[in-house]
Amino acid sequence: MKWLLVAVIAAATTISDVLQAAAMKRHGEIRDFRPGALRRLLAMLARNKLVVASVAAMTVSFFAFIALLSLADLSFAVPATAASYVLETVLAKYLLKEPVTLGRWAGASLVACGVALLAL
Amino acid sequence: MTSQRQALALKTRFFTFLVVLSGVCGNFSLSWGMRQVGRLVSLSPFAYMRAVFNPWVALGISLLLLWLFSHMTLLSWADLSYVLPVTSIGYVLSALAGRLFLHEEISRWRWAGILLIMAGVALVARTAPHRSGAAS
Repeated sequence: MKWLLVAVIAAATTISDVLQAAAMKRHGEIRDFRPGALRRLLAMLARNKLVVASVAAMTVSFFAFIALLSLADLSFAVPATAASYVLETVLAKYLLKEPVTLGRWAGASLVACGVALLAL
Repeated sequence: MTSQRQALALKTRFFTFLVVLSGVCGNFSLSWGMRQVGRLVSLSPFAYMRAVFNPWVALGISLLLLWLFSHMTLLSWADLSYVLPVTSIGYVLSALAGRLFLHEEISRWRWAGILLIMAGVALVARTAPHRSGAAS
């Protein structure tokens, strides 16, 4: 059950991260921190489809995460969610056809080994 | 120009600190709350309502909302390849919080796993092509 939840969290987090990064890059740097400007920014983000989809994925990931916390250690749950880096790399390669460098494979493999060590 | 760059560096440092602090405290607070709520695994959203009304879980959610906003704000000017490695210290800090305040037993293997994950995240980020490519 623990590992099933880790899989759900990793999948939902990956989707949420990619959408969030894309949305914020498209928006550009936030410079104005006055209350009025922040209110306008929030209203604009709430209408942004990428942000809305990202928040939906994050909600799924969140409920799976508190379910995981209800039956596993904090020091297991938080690092285990890093499995999303492995998934992101595989998705980037085979779904998005992005060139994945050797260094990035090495990084993802280290994360995978680290997550595997958590099982011991 | 230089003062503008200094202001950006200061802003970056402040939001990075906020992202790490809110993430670690938020996860800790959730973990503390879920220990009080008890085992909860369900596909029904209603089952989670009981958990959401636990004050520690509610505090954790507030802190993770703060995490979300500070993370998004930081990503609006900083590269993901900068944000990922510097915030990956959160894995170690969360484990320390579990060890110190929740009295979790952390085996040597688990510490090794956490350190490998941190190193792996740093390596992924260092070699990652700009995510900005996805947006433009």
